[in-house]
Amino acid sequence: MATTETKISKPKVQLDRVTVRFCGDSGDGMQLAGNQLTNTSALMGNDVATFPDFPAEIRAPRGTKAGVSGFQIHFASQEIHTPGDDVDALVAMNPAALVTNIRDLRTNGILVVDQDSFDKKGLGQAGYSSNPLEDNSLNGYQLHTIPITQLTRNAVDGLGLSQKESDRCRNFFAMGLIFWLYDRPLDPTLRYIDEKFGKRPQIADANRRALKSGFHYGETAEAVATQFHVEPARLEPGTYRNIMGNTALAWGLIAAAHLSQKRLFLGAYPITPASDILHELSRHKRFNVLTFQAEDEIAAVTATLGAAFAGEMAVTASSGPGIALKAEAIGLAVMTELPMIVIDVQRGGPSTGLPTKTEQADLLQAMFGRNGECPAAVIAARSPADCFDVAQEAWRLAVRYMMPVFLLTDGYIANGSEPWRIPDVDSLEKIPIEHPGAAENGEPFLPYQRDERLSRPWALPGTPGLMHRIGGLEKQDITGNVSYDPLNHQHMTDVRAQKVANIANDIPLQSVQGPEEGKLLVVSWGGTYGACATAVQRAQAAGKSVAHCHLRYLNPFPRNFAEILPRFEKILVPELNMGQLRLLLRDRFLIDAVGLNKVQGRPFSVQEVLEKIEEITE
Amino acid sequence: METTETSLPVLKPADYASDQDVRWCPGCGDYSILAQMKKVLSSTGASRENTVFISGIGCSSRFPYYMNTYGIHSIHGRAPAVATGLKTVRPDLNVWVITGDGDGLSIGGNHLMHAIRRNLDFNIVLFNNRIYGLTKGQYSPTSPLGKVTKSTPMGAIDNPLHPLSIAIGCEAAFVARSIDVNIKHLGETLQRAAAHSGTSFVEVYQNCNVFNDGAFDYATNRDTKQDTTVELQHGKPLIFGKNRDKGIRLNGMEPEVVELGKGITEDDLLFHDEKSPEPTLAYLLSRMRQPEFPEPIGVFRCVDRTRYDDLMNQQVQEAREKAGPGDLRDIFHSGETWTVQ
Repeated sequence: MATTETKISKPKVQLDRVTVRFCGDSGDGMQLAGNQLTNTSALMGNDVATFPDFPAEIRAPRGTKAGVSGFQIHFASQEIHTPGDDVDALVAMNPAALVTNIRDLRTNGILVVDQDSFDKKGLGQAGYSSNPLEDNSLNGYQLHTIPITQLTRNAVDGLGLSQKESDRCRNFFAMGLIFWLYDRPLDPTLRYIDEKFGKRPQIADANRRALKSGFHYGETAEAVATQFHVEPARLEPGTYRNIMGNTALAWGLIAAAHLSQKRLFLGAYPITPASDILHELSRHKRFNVLTFQAEDEIAAVTATLGAAFAGEMAVTASSGPGIALKAEAIGLAVMTELPMIVIDVQRGGPSTGLPTKTEQADLLQAMFGRNGECPAAVIAARSPADCFDVAQEAWRLAVRYMMPVFLLTDGYIANGSEPWRIPDVDSLEKIPIEHPGAAENGEPFLPYQRDERLSRPWALPGTPGLMHRIGGLEKQDITGNVSYDPLNHQHMTDVRAQKVANIANDIPLQSVQGPEEGKLLVVSWGGTYGACATAVQRAQAAGKSVAHCHLRYLNPFPRNFAEILPRFEKILVPELNMGQLRLLLRDRFLIDAVGLNKVQGRPFSVQEVLEKIEEITE
Repeated sequence: METTETSLPVLKPADYASDQDVRWCPGCGDYSILAQMKKVLSSTGASRENTVFISGIGCSSRFPYYMNTYGIHSIHGRAPAVATGLKTVRPDLNVWVITGDGDGLSIGGNHLMHAIRRNLDFNIVLFNNRIYGLTKGQYSPTSPLGKVTKSTPMGAIDNPLHPLSIAIGCEAAFVARSIDVNIKHLGETLQRAAAHSGTSFVEVYQNCNVFNDGAFDYATNRDTKQDTTVELQHGKPLIFGKNRDKGIRLNGMEPEVVELGKGITEDDLLFHDEKSPEPTLAYLLSRMRQPEFPEPIGVFRCVDRTRYDDLMNQQVQEAREKAGPGDLRDIFHSGETWTVQ
């Protein structure tokens, strides 16, 4: 049978890397579009990094700037660490999305807009006095003005959908077009549609049609002149999957429980952006996971303390405001020397702040945010996949040193994603735990008798002969009895500090990327890893004398860190806060570190860090 | 005759005492509660290693230090939440929460409310002395209106809370009240609480002889107590008075005090039903207060309800039976993966 369809042959251009951003109303399915492009690109073998950016309101009034939701994805044929600085292709589903996102599109970048949403009302909500599609203000971009709403309605015509239902398929049209533009297969998304909408065949069919329609539009429309292709990246051999930070963290916790032969207890109260840890763990009860959705943050952490006393793996997860509420109970965990993980998925503060936006401003809260001299270990994840490893490390330290361990991530890591090389389960390091056995001698048990690390025994209720009482009052060392003795309080304060300091003997030495000495050392921690590592690599490629230390361990610092710092003339500390690690470095090492600080709810761009490096190394 | 049964050593009340000196003020009602608790543990044969006392902050919350069991003296108001975590992962343990009127109803009101509604299988004993003792004498959430204290020199201006009304409002399945110096009744009440499966909430009228001495004189004085209290007994009419000649009768929805005789018989009185599925009667009893009414002591309510700790562990069990114990490989490889050669 002959076909009348003519396929226009279009040139295909090879690219190393591409950054695409979908943006539209929070009901437009932009997160879904971004996730599909991410998974497809990952399955094609590209390295990927993503940055979802959504408003705090669930559904802000339709068409308003407050309701704009975006998803940025960077995919490449080489290793990448950030979701990309400048956007190569921007899809804007309405005027509000255009006006809030256009500044990030690079000059001559591809701009796809839904023409149908640029009506008087939409333009007014976005604050446009004239229609940007007609007033030449977008001349600096490759503008594709496409009636996406109408074309989607045409595509699903005959399926009996209401207009509202038809319009909810617009994101699939936009996806289809981008998939064609960047030479991505539709199969993974078609499989997703089957899985997600299988029970509603009409909707599934509509989404399939809209997706293909967008793809064919790219294939046939003359205005879309070129197709692009990004080869697979040369990643380390292995089986990969795409993973988000909160998921990797939850899986890391499950793995840690498995490796230490414990059941996992999570005490949590819903809070953005940490709730997904609670959701993910709640799905995995068959791994002996018990999730307790508490009445408040304080109950979440104190129940966690109860579970720790009872002898299980004890975890509480929250964000900055919740951690503030937990402070007193974390002090109790320090005092009673019980192991637990305190996860802080940081967000913009102070107070309620910017719930859905990222920030790194809880480092000092983790370090000092409690009454009294109350030290705790603090470690931080650097990327979504790194959360898996850091979760296990947090538990290893908590049980070896019998203390609460802070695990810091942030909104950017929590919701961002990247490829994760799935580890061989048998190769994961076991986390051995010993509990003292029954005592028959009738002597009172000594709950604060310490080992060489200064850790006390983790004696479990139910063990005959080990009955003991712990609590928030100062303890006499060894016996654990209440003591108000002045010298004992000094001694116990020193011991609690020394216990944290001893961790330095138990963690890897700090590594340096780049020369061992030179003009500038960039010191970073947490989610700024990608931007800092990439900026330093570019500066090194341009011949600059610059090296990079990225810290996983913030309290204590690795024991060789003090020797590294003086080998460089200058120290730069980029942070998404106003200088918290810098304050610690200045205090601890008496160095005149320079900061690059930003609290705008957004991660660093590589360019921002690179410019600062160039300015200092001029 | 020889027996093959191995009998566990019988523990005496003194065996439940820790080696720590008790540091409550001489004459404090807490001593009596401590003594009764040891007796109850001894008479029920509770094992010391399987028993945990958890408290918050306040005079009463020093309790765990004096028991030779496991224990946590936690932070202000949070004992029910600590106990929730503990009991959830270790349903095998016998857990007691010790709290006071300030600890349990003021700073810790939220946790108390949610612990009771979840109905975990533990016992909450609230020592109600109607004063803040450890901070030296401020009014508490159970102090009466007009109470003059250090922080209320012109009298307290907030309405008091009534612990049992709160507990019943939170769907409590076991609610009881006793009095520190009424040691026989206190012992029996604690024993009933220990035997109940689910959260048992016990209010104990406790005299603070330093900051609120005599607050419960009406209920403990030999001359008045039979007229000011009424002992609840399941299935029995509410009769009280020195001569057992007074009773409580329901007049529509309202209780009233009546004198027996003159045409009023026991059959006309309100009969206590602690098993009533609705908490209406228990609530009504919890509202009866001096001087209008004798204050009820005993078990107000004792019904069976599902328990959070059971259900939590059942869900885990069900998930494991349905899908098998988890294999990490299953989750790691769930969804779409790809292989790089």
